[in-house]
Amino acid sequence: MARSHSVSLLDPAILLPAVGASFRKLDPRAMVKNPVMFVVEVVALLTTVLFVRDLITSGTGLSASGGSLGFSFQIILWLWFTVLFANFAEAVAEGRGKAQAESLRRTRTETVAKLLTGEGDAFRTVPGTSLKVGDVVLVEAGDIIPSDGEVVEGVASVNEAAITGESAPVIRESGGDRSAVTGGTTVVSDHLKVRITAAAGATFLDRMIALVEGAERQKTPNEIALNILLAGMTLIFIFATASIPSFAYYAGGSISVVVLVALFVTLIPTTIGALLSAIGIAGMDRLVRFNVLAMSGRAVEAAGDVDTLLLDKTGTITLGNRQASAFHPVRGVSEQDLADAAQLASLADETPEGRSIVVLAKEKYAIRGRDMASLNAHFVPFTAQTRMSGVDVDGSSVRKGAVDAILTYVQAGASTVTASGAVQNVRTLVSQESIREINAIAEEIAKSGGTPLAVARDGRLLGVIHLKDIVKGGIRERFAELRRMGIRTVMITGDNALTAAAIAAEAGVDDFLAQATPEAKLRLIRDEQAKGKLVAMCGDGTNDAPALAQADVGVAMNTGTVAAREAGNMVDLDSDPTKLIEIVEIGKALLMTRGSLTTFSIANDVAKYFAIIPAMFVAFYPQLGTLNVMALHSPQSAILSAIIFNALIIIALIPLALKGVAFRPIGAAALLKRNLLIYGLGGILVPFVGIKAIDLAVTALHLV
Amino acid sequence: MLKELRPAFVVLIALTAFTGLAYPLAMTGAAQVLFPRQANGSLITRDGAVIGSALIGQNFASERYFHGRPSATTGADPADATKTVPAPYNAANSMGSNLGPTNPALADRVKADLETLRAENPRDPVPVDLVTTSGSGLDPHISPQAALFQVPRVAKARGVNEGVVRRLVEENMEDRTLGLLGEPRVNVLALNLALDKARPQ
Amino acid sequence: MTSNGLIQIALFCLVVLVLTRPLGGYMTRVFAGERTFLSPVLKPVETLVFRLGGVDASREQHWLTYTIAMLLFHAGGFLLLYALMRVQDLLPFNPQGMAAVAPDLAFNTAISFITNTNWQNYGGESTMGYLVQMLGLTHQNFLSAATGIVLGMALIRGFSRASAQTVGNFWVDITRCTLYVLLPICVVFTLFLVWQGIPQTLGPYVDAATLDGGKQTLALGPVASQVAIKMLGTNGGGFFNANAAHPFENPTALSNFLQMVSIFALGAALTNVFGRMVGNEKQGWAILGAMGVLFVAGVAVTYWAEAAGTPALNALGLSGGNMEGKELRFGIVASALFAVITTAASCGAVNAMHDSFTALGGMIPLINMELGEIIVGGVGAGLYGMLLFVVITMFVAGLMVGRTPEYVGKKIEAKEVKMAMLAILILPLMMLGWTAVATVLPSAVASIANPGPHGFSEILYAFTSATANNGSAFGGLTGNTFFYNLTLASSMFVGRFLMIVPAMALAGALAAKKTVPASAGTFPTTGGLFVGLLVGVILIVGGLTFFPALSLGPIVEHLAAAAGQSFGAGG
Repeated sequence: MARSHSVSLLDPAILLPAVGASFRKLDPRAMVKNPVMFVVEVVALLTTVLFVRDLITSGTGLSASGGSLGFSFQIILWLWFTVLFANFAEAVAEGRGKAQAESLRRTRTETVAKLLTGEGDAFRTVPGTSLKVGDVVLVEAGDIIPSDGEVVEGVASVNEAAITGESAPVIRESGGDRSAVTGGTTVVSDHLKVRITAAAGATFLDRMIALVEGAERQKTPNEIALNILLAGMTLIFIFATASIPSFAYYAGGSISVVVLVALFVTLIPTTIGALLSAIGIAGMDRLVRFNVLAMSGRAVEAAGDVDTLLLDKTGTITLGNRQASAFHPVRGVSEQDLADAAQLASLADETPEGRSIVVLAKEKYAIRGRDMASLNAHFVPFTAQTRMSGVDVDGSSVRKGAVDAILTYVQAGASTVTASGAVQNVRTLVSQESIREINAIAEEIAKSGGTPLAVARDGRLLGVIHLKDIVKGGIRERFAELRRMGIRTVMITGDNALTAAAIAAEAGVDDFLAQATPEAKLRLIRDEQAKGKLVAMCGDGTNDAPALAQADVGVAMNTGTVAAREAGNMVDLDSDPTKLIEIVEIGKALLMTRGSLTTFSIANDVAKYFAIIPAMFVAFYPQLGTLNVMALHSPQSAILSAIIFNALIIIALIPLALKGVAFRPIGAAALLKRNLLIYGLGGILVPFVGIKAIDLAVTALHLV
Repeated sequence: MLKELRPAFVVLIALTAFTGLAYPLAMTGAAQVLFPRQANGSLITRDGAVIGSALIGQNFASERYFHGRPSATTGADPADATKTVPAPYNAANSMGSNLGPTNPALADRVKADLETLRAENPRDPVPVDLVTTSGSGLDPHISPQAALFQVPRVAKARGVNEGVVRRLVEENMEDRTLGLLGEPRVNVLALNLALDKARPQ
Repeated sequence: MTSNGLIQIALFCLVVLVLTRPLGGYMTRVFAGERTFLSPVLKPVETLVFRLGGVDASREQHWLTYTIAMLLFHAGGFLLLYALMRVQDLLPFNPQGMAAVAPDLAFNTAISFITNTNWQNYGGESTMGYLVQMLGLTHQNFLSAATGIVLGMALIRGFSRASAQTVGNFWVDITRCTLYVLLPICVVFTLFLVWQGIPQTLGPYVDAATLDGGKQTLALGPVASQVAIKMLGTNGGGFFNANAAHPFENPTALSNFLQMVSIFALGAALTNVFGRMVGNEKQGWAILGAMGVLFVAGVAVTYWAEAAGTPALNALGLSGGNMEGKELRFGIVASALFAVITTAASCGAVNAMHDSFTALGGMIPLINMELGEIIVGGVGAGLYGMLLFVVITMFVAGLMVGRTPEYVGKKIEAKEVKMAMLAILILPLMMLGWTAVATVLPSAVASIANPGPHGFSEILYAFTSATANNGSAFGGLTGNTFFYNLTLASSMFVGRFLMIVPAMALAGALAAKKTVPASAGTFPTTGGLFVGLLVGVILIVGGLTFFPALSLGPIVEHLAAAAGQSFGAGG
């Protein structure tokens, strides 16, 4: 869904409502949450009241303090713009989420549920909203699943496009790790019995709507700390500006309230104050568009801080499927022969492993594909009981499978079905020696991180196929990148230590946890945390739940169980464990954006001082004109230009706040140097240029 | 908090006794034994009477003596104890002028002094230390240039050859400490004593 | 500016740097309770004090208990000092028969000395008897300095400990600091100073019949023992009114040099203690590096401005720089250097009159104090002031590398930022707030000695110096009035204790945190980038706060002076 509705920044559907929202957000009860902008609103209000008073009491066009009313009016106008622009930034950031929430809401149509009464398949139809936790409902093909739940009976394919945006249906079945279903998704074939696990209004879809809408948005720890910093700086500038009238009085001059307010507002960190909440919302939004739902902003921030990444081997580090990499024949059998038999046994095997055997036989031994039909072959499929598969052709039977299964098979005496269908017993041709040999080869393969697959023909052991875990392309580079980011990767696998070590070395992870049990995983996380590190992991199984809950960032796969989804603080709708790495980068980008814009905001003050201070004091200390380094036209144009710049920079930075400052894995020092150069030095220089340009425009337009 | 009262009391008393009594008194004892001259103010006596301290400048108004730098110290007005009057080189009330750089009073004072000095020695440029007050008002030194500047006046007042006076000045010049720290200087009191010794009044 | 001048400055920096490591190592051992070469003599004394006081040296305190202990200690010290001054006419060792000190002046002075400010609204030689000088002032010179150091230590412990509930034991720390660090150095330093010519006697003032026929009263006293700790402990309260400009407090260029070194010695060493205790001395050097950059820049400006001289006097045909208010034996460079050192640290001793400095030359000391005296700073106080800025710097910079900011393994979070901001806020509130009050009160303005912007600078300097616990002054301002005695006392009190409490809360919060191991994603805080960043944040945050005030004081005065303008009374 999120993917299919990626909304552009300049979409009028967002901008227009945002303009309205900018005004609605002027409500002081809402503004007070943002101390910096609240202060701006207060002083804007104050100057407006004074302005109205001046307007009424003096008909001369001069305010009580001597400045012209037209000038005061413009300053006040831009003060209000400053507040409105801040509100606008927040509204635009929320806008995208709101639009997404809206389309999510549309999918949450009124559903009816087939509530099972408890006697067989009998049900009565009730409104979906009336379901309680623990109710069991029947969902048949074409039905929308009424609420979140767990499959208690049946297998069905479910279209989850409403949640994930992915239209290919997924299998949901009772038991195991694919038992969770989400309200709002549609059963495409078969039927399911689902036990409801979420009360009305508290479903995954509801939570998703609330999240993308930002309704539940709470300030994150770093955001709180930053707010304190900004509030503190605001206080400092209150002292700095409030003391000026006394100083001016000593010098025999006076400063009008409007000018003082203008100085104050340009000095306090309005830029970051205005964009702070937009940055936070946009950070969450980036995750949503990435099809990851963070249950709290805290989790997104924590992602940026992650020190240790626990990654499941299968699917994350290695391709989910193993591939044939070599044929190891027993003595007396040629490799060619083994390859030939293996290829034959795999011709009809459509599993990735099977296909990889055919590919290997072709590439390495030039054994071309054969047509099953023309061979008049009979395919024996894999079953959980036999744990092997194969083919019978021309009176010959070829089998491949788990080593112990094949051994059992050849020792029991192979049977083959001839083309005519008659069953014929074949003498056992297996010696103790070849069994020992097969076992030795199998052990060797296991040690190197592979899986052995034995091959037999007509009751005779031919050898072993080496199935290898294939490390994903480019993953090594990703881990090197993570290392440069200061993140340690730990591979989690059920394999034994030998196998794990081999794969870990190949993939370039920093460490591994072999024969991982849920307890071992939990212990590993706790150990890392005791060292002061933040740990991220992903998981889908019920037994992952404790570890997901313990981890600082626990990403649950959407395909996972209800328990896993409850335990994690993020849900990946695509169920792609590699995303953990991108999640970390999004977290970092969020923090970086805040830091960079704070730096920029504070650095801006230097130029503003050089615009306003001389303008303020030049009336009674003409010498201070020397500080007017920008050669601004007049004191009034200088002050007006500074306040206009201060307001416009908010608008100018909205795209950056929403897009975020991109993270680059180049090491902390280099990254800081880069950001300092752009936002620190840039923050000092840009306003000099900007204020000068605005001053030229203000002068040209005779605004003052 | 009450638990901390006893240590507060004891530690305060103990440390007060160590640092406020034992330490200064022991130091006084040691100083009196090791460096009695310095410990008592580096006093200079002549004919049994204390005529000053080697470290403290004195007010010289007579033309026959080298003058020190202007001094901004004050003393109680003999007529009205609540008021103060200028009392240069008052070693019981050290102070500077505290005149700021844009205070016309500073420029006026300097201008007046400059006129006097230029009248006295139109030949040489007036060294800055002769027209500026020192921080303590008790500066015992003047720069070698300031001493040389006064040679014509002193020689004239004493009726001696300028060369003789100049040689005395040169004998009394002190270089920077270790050739590095501080500034080259002449101790005015020492120079004047040498002057008197060379040709007693 | 002369090459000799630059060499004197370089030599000073070199000597301080050379002393930093050995002193830092020694202090680290002392505060860890390890044996030092002085233990055979001092251990029995220390043990006796602890036994009498019921102090269990092995039991540490929570930050709050530590702070309360410190406050109690100071309450006692305040009462003692105030009482001594109020009844000094009845006490022995008062050969000059000094009268009891007036209540408001005694109050101001007591606050001044317990806060390590040593602002003096009185002339020492004309107000205080020897017993008050020793038992009251010398003693507080020790204790307020020791307090600064132990609070700095508590904060260092906060950074260096992990998951700890305590930050040390105040009674143990203060006793050890006094006995092992301050007293031994002072004993040696005192003797050196006496050798150089500083009096150390209990005898009365001496009357001299001067050469030119006048009479001169030479003020004397137990001067050297007080001067030693006044410098070493960055106290700065002069025995005499003219402070270190007085030939009896600072007789030679050599005594001047070592006094300057002693101002910085302990403060610089504490950065090394910090580095050692957080497990990487480079962390300490980086902090000292940032201090060094700011220091050298300040010295350069002041030296240049003073060497260039006063435009009004140069216009009269004078050359040789601004010698008004300076002693000849020190000259321009040692005076400018001293002024920057004394305000970079919270010493406040002066060997030249800052009020008579050029506008820019006097602005640097003012800025040094406005920044909170974090350039080496007051013993202990400088380090914790600097660490507050480090917290702020790392918070902003840390975010820019995409992590929750951390410094020496400690995450900087809301609580740390709050405490740091609280402490930093105090400075402008008191400095600018009271200045704003004073500049509109005719009676307060009447105290200024120089009209125009310079008079404004005098008032600003007074409250800045008091809040920053420096104690130096633009001395023309008549501070001994009821208004200034009280307002300056409040500045000193707030500037000291309201900064200490948040700093200690920060220490407690940090100690309780886990220590995060550094990784490639951690911003390294030992390099030039960190130093540059820290300097930048200090200048921008500090500079922005005070720019308006500075532009109405020294900046406009400089521009006016350069244009040949002066500001007369009534003009």
